[in-house]
Amino acid sequence: MNAPLRGPGNNFVGQSVERLEDMRLLRGQGLFTDDVSRPGLVHAAILRSTVAHGWLRGVDSAAALALPGVVAVITAATMGAKVPAIPMRLAPLDELEPYWQPVIAADKVRYVGEPIAVVLAESAAIAEDALELLVAEIEALPPVVDTATALADGTLLFEAQGTNLAVLYTAQKGEAQAEFPGAYVRREKMDTQRHTATTMETRGLLAEWDATTEVLRIHGASKVPFASRGMLAKQMGLPETSIEMIEVDVGGGFGMRGEFYPEDFLVPFAAKHCGRPVKWIEDRREHLLACNHAREFDCDLELVCSREGDILALRGTVNGNMGAYMRANVAVAPRNVGQFLSGPYAVPNVHVEVRALLTNKTPTGTYRGPGRFEADFFRERLLDLAADDLGIDRVAFRRRNLVKMAEMPYPLATVTPPKKEEKLDSGDYVMTMDLALAELDWDAKLPLQGKLIDGRYHGLGVACFIEGGAAGPRERARVELVEDGTVAVYVGSTLVGQGLETVMTQIAADAMECSMDTIRFFHGSTTYVSEGFGSFHSRSTVMGGSAILLAIEELRQRMREAAAARLGCKAEAVRLEEGRAVAPGGGALSWAELATAGLSGDGVFHNHTHTYAYGAHACHVAVDPRSGHVEVVDYVAVEDVGRMINPLALQGQIVGAVVQGLGGVFLEHLVYDAEGQLLTGSFADYLLPTATDYRSIRAVAMGVHTGAVGPLGAKGAGEGGIIPVGGCIANAVAAAFSGKVQPMSLPLSPSRLWAMIEAAG
Amino acid sequence: MKLPAFDYATPTSIGEAVALLAAGDGSARPLSGGQTLMPLLAFRLTAPSLLVDLRGIPGLDAVEIGEAGTRLGARVRWCDIEAHAGLAAAQPLLVAMIGHVAHYQIRKRGTLGGSMAHADPAAEMPGVAVACDGVLHLVGAGGARDVAARDFFLGPLTTALAADELIVGITLPAWPHGRRWGFQEFARRRGDFALAGVAVHYDEVGGRAVGAHVAVIGACSAPHRVAAAEALLEGSAVTSALAAEVGRAVAASVSPPEDIHATAAYRRSLAGTLAERALAAAGGLA
Repeated sequence: MNAPLRGPGNNFVGQSVERLEDMRLLRGQGLFTDDVSRPGLVHAAILRSTVAHGWLRGVDSAAALALPGVVAVITAATMGAKVPAIPMRLAPLDELEPYWQPVIAADKVRYVGEPIAVVLAESAAIAEDALELLVAEIEALPPVVDTATALADGTLLFEAQGTNLAVLYTAQKGEAQAEFPGAYVRREKMDTQRHTATTMETRGLLAEWDATTEVLRIHGASKVPFASRGMLAKQMGLPETSIEMIEVDVGGGFGMRGEFYPEDFLVPFAAKHCGRPVKWIEDRREHLLACNHAREFDCDLELVCSREGDILALRGTVNGNMGAYMRANVAVAPRNVGQFLSGPYAVPNVHVEVRALLTNKTPTGTYRGPGRFEADFFRERLLDLAADDLGIDRVAFRRRNLVKMAEMPYPLATVTPPKKEEKLDSGDYVMTMDLALAELDWDAKLPLQGKLIDGRYHGLGVACFIEGGAAGPRERARVELVEDGTVAVYVGSTLVGQGLETVMTQIAADAMECSMDTIRFFHGSTTYVSEGFGSFHSRSTVMGGSAILLAIEELRQRMREAAAARLGCKAEAVRLEEGRAVAPGGGALSWAELATAGLSGDGVFHNHTHTYAYGAHACHVAVDPRSGHVEVVDYVAVEDVGRMINPLALQGQIVGAVVQGLGGVFLEHLVYDAEGQLLTGSFADYLLPTATDYRSIRAVAMGVHTGAVGPLGAKGAGEGGIIPVGGCIANAVAAAFSGKVQPMSLPLSPSRLWAMIEAAG
Repeated sequence: MKLPAFDYATPTSIGEAVALLAAGDGSARPLSGGQTLMPLLAFRLTAPSLLVDLRGIPGLDAVEIGEAGTRLGARVRWCDIEAHAGLAAAQPLLVAMIGHVAHYQIRKRGTLGGSMAHADPAAEMPGVAVACDGVLHLVGAGGARDVAARDFFLGPLTTALAADELIVGITLPAWPHGRRWGFQEFARRRGDFALAGVAVHYDEVGGRAVGAHVAVIGACSAPHRVAAAEALLEGSAVTSALAAEVGRAVAASVSPPEDIHATAAYRRSLAGTLAERALAAAGGLA
């Protein structure tokens, strides 16, 4: 660990403290799910549907059961009369319950990869051998692969529902459907491709049932362990107190990891069923097939502007290809596409309908910047097209329409159902755009634009964004003075690789006015605090950090009271120094001595509003028209997060998010064929950005305009870097060809871009 | 992604290895660097009864640079080629092309024999073999034979190698000093399989190209030389106009596959572009 910094007034917050997690992880001292073992362990492998849509007539497990080393085979029949289903965690609606995913297919399969059976065996290899001996009899039905087919309702995933339209979300503000006489209107169809978070570590679980104490202990819980515990308890018919969710290190979260998946029931169920600890480690092919997919949206949108360049309205429809079931957080992306289409711009009238459509593909969930990446691509492309048509410089057009400081708080469209009103909180949106342009040296590079230099066309792009963070309803923290004089901090937030341990320790050390190594940080596991809401929607710092401040305030009061009682003075008179409580007369007690009184503090931070970090990206690309290759010559990401807790960690988050965004722009695509088969089943075909692909990315992070949620002034951050990448790059490519090539679809693969360039002549 | 069960042997001579392959009756497979075979096993796309690991056989990793040419053993790894002190001068096109093979970890294990036996149309080493008129040395139960590279690569993952035969090495003819060459490859990311790649070389005699070679990988079912392009180049002075013409000839000649990464039309055009650029580089025009 690097030496704890001591700033003026004990200001760890705001310092680029190196991440406390890193030395442990870099030295191989991390503890990941697959590092955990138990005596008598059995290994699970999951038989998954190879058919996208069909009636499941039966599973013959006789041959598999006969294989030496096979312990059990679990199918829907093992579960008795009713197969549990996975409830929606966020924005649930009663009418969506029919679309919840059963934890195992009982009578119908609806996507390639859907669990049909679980094999338990003495080794993972034997379990996989047994998979090859299982025979699932499936009567194939026509698959629904795209949104147009889904909308036609010719084939239904859920016959009883009579439609493939699970829900229609509406983003509404003003009178967008009114006539705007004399106004300019640009209408475009665009789409973003299915891709998702492919974490370095795949998912995994180890579950053990202690029959003596009747406790189910699960290693590998992540992101939202308390919510998952609640769902599992209900499904298993156990009290929540009988389930312990234990957090271990994870190799990446990005929204994908830690939501409730079929395996989150199947593995604990298997452990209880066979009476032995069960481990399941997802392999990479499974990961690409079974983890939440994301980002597949197509739109038909109209941007209405005055001839002078004021945005008057945004309206149209968006189709979301949500996959086969409405999973735990499936509602987030389609709602967000509607919510974030206007972005950081003043749009007085909005009417956007977002259809959440069911298809025979892997179900979807959130992926870093859910709905926002898609919406930003659509909007920022439209803005450039409109500016060109209107003969207005695209920077001037944005400057004219960005929400101004004086307009804050600025109301966004209201999304229903369920109805949620939102408003932008604070910020100087023009400032971040101007800074991004200045960092890129926009004006000096502008003469290169559209020019063919050494065989490549050069173009510049700009795109702006808002992020959204700090989801409620509350977060809880507990702090305890420990007998050795350290301070134990427990919080319901979880570590998903975002630097939680470091950031929270900085906040706690400042509040305790002690050094960082006096803080011992515990997080996530259900054994630490009575409830927790987890890490999503860039909420941990604002919510968990605020709860820690409240808990420490209470602890310090108790410390003063305890010291006062023993030192014979008034509590208000006790001065707390690092490691000591000092009375006015000079008497003092060490924190270790005080700890014998059993001192602790609890904090609950409630919040029902959101923070909006914001910023702008600018880039310079060079395109080889003959290969379709795009070099990202320079990329600048500027973001104001209200208050930076750790600039180093934040910049790392932004650069990482930009790289992920570039992956989504150029490389990553979960390709299905017409039969609903996933064609990208390995990293040979699902292409991720690597360390050498995009080398010129610069992040400028700042804390200027503080957020209104909580005492920290920080806004949720960490997703912003991915949001505007599609629009920024596509705008630069269009500019490189002086508007003759207009990308309307992602990804911008060389083959696709080359075809567009050829077609443009 | 656990491997299926198989038997495993580490013979210490070529004869022993070949005997094991012959006894396996088509279901035994040699294992060299394993950089392709192990993933295939993990995906359970193949299930050999016996893996014959070649690592115990001495001498297969030798590199011999002689008057007549360069002989490379089948177990020479990509990193061996990169690090070899003499190869950059003796076989510059080999070294240039191998520089595009995969990534650091794979280059530490992958071998040229394994790559040629696998015969992916986009792989560099089969392309080197064809572009440089290489001769493969094979040993089987029936004895040893040499096969010219142009007769060895028959199609995607298809070669003239019999089930009981091993590739033990390849000889590349001597590379005369001053030979002009160029290689261009395009992949979606550095180290990925090529969407297309073109190697060009010729000797310059009196300002004209002699012994023209133009070979394509990636945009084809097997690496091959393009006779029409070579005919244009042979005896000509290399100019930008000629390079463009050669590029068009290459594009016209190839029948590329179509997959999720690129259309056939794209690959055809790309092969032409890369041929033009490779020739321009060879001629010092670029």
